[in-house]
Amino acid sequence: MKIMLNNREEEFDADTLSVREMLNLKKYSFRLRVIKINGELIPSGQYDTTFINDGDEVLMIYLMSGG
Amino acid sequence: MMNDTAIREHLARYRAGIAGAGGLGSNCAMALARSGVGTLLISDFDLVELSNLNRQYYFMNQVGMLKVSALKENIALVSDKIKVIAHPIRLDRNNIPEIFAGCDVIVEALDSDEMKQMLIETVQTCLPGIPVVVGSGLSGWGKSNEIRYRKVDDTLYVCGDEYSTPGEDMSPMAPRVLMVAGMQANTVIDILMNKP
Repeated sequence: MKIMLNNREEEFDADTLSVREMLNLKKYSFRLRVIKINGELIPSGQYDTTFINDGDEVLMIYLMSGG
Repeated sequence: MMNDTAIREHLARYRAGIAGAGGLGSNCAMALARSGVGTLLISDFDLVELSNLNRQYYFMNQVGMLKVSALKENIALVSDKIKVIAHPIRLDRNNIPEIFAGCDVIVEALDSDEMKQMLIETVQTCLPGIPVVVGSGLSGWGKSNEIRYRKVDDTLYVCGDEYSTPGEDMSPMAPRVLMVAGMQANTVIDILMNKP
């Protein structure tokens, strides 16, 4: 499937992925983020039960401690 | 073009919420106060410590005070026209909707990544439509051009480099903290100036 991730096209070798699976595949080094799929916020407690499908628009903020 | 008076009259009508009164929140609040944003609602449960003074808008004689009280004092020193609503409280998923309801925009100026995530998720879910201006990635020094502003959508903005974190024995330093705080304040002004 192809998705748009922060306005860049990304291709994954799967028909659908849970948010958690996508994060694992991307091997991000930072711990926490905020995710929106097609404009809808996905709370961090729902990463295992929310699925990303072909054509989805995923927006992500990378959260770093420090304020 | 608007003149100073027209800009101040416009900004005086709005309320900005500021979650956290540390390096980002205290400096952002001062910039918004100087710009004339009418009401600043500020939450922080912490006291001013000597170690905060490397980056936060407080003074030696304020050590031991509640940050929200010290900040209210400092804002009053630059303007007598700004209303400050202080909430000396630890934010959580239950109290955020109540505290920040009625704000025109919310600045996320919390310290830990967990708290940042909790605040953003709660506001986006429970107070839909109120824009959140997030600060993320402000540690270290140099790399000025890696600090940037990014609009995610109409209700979500990020300021910072989105990668730097404080070291184990090193807190963030004033210059990059002030850059991000200034960028957050600038984003707030932009959002408010675009309101009718």
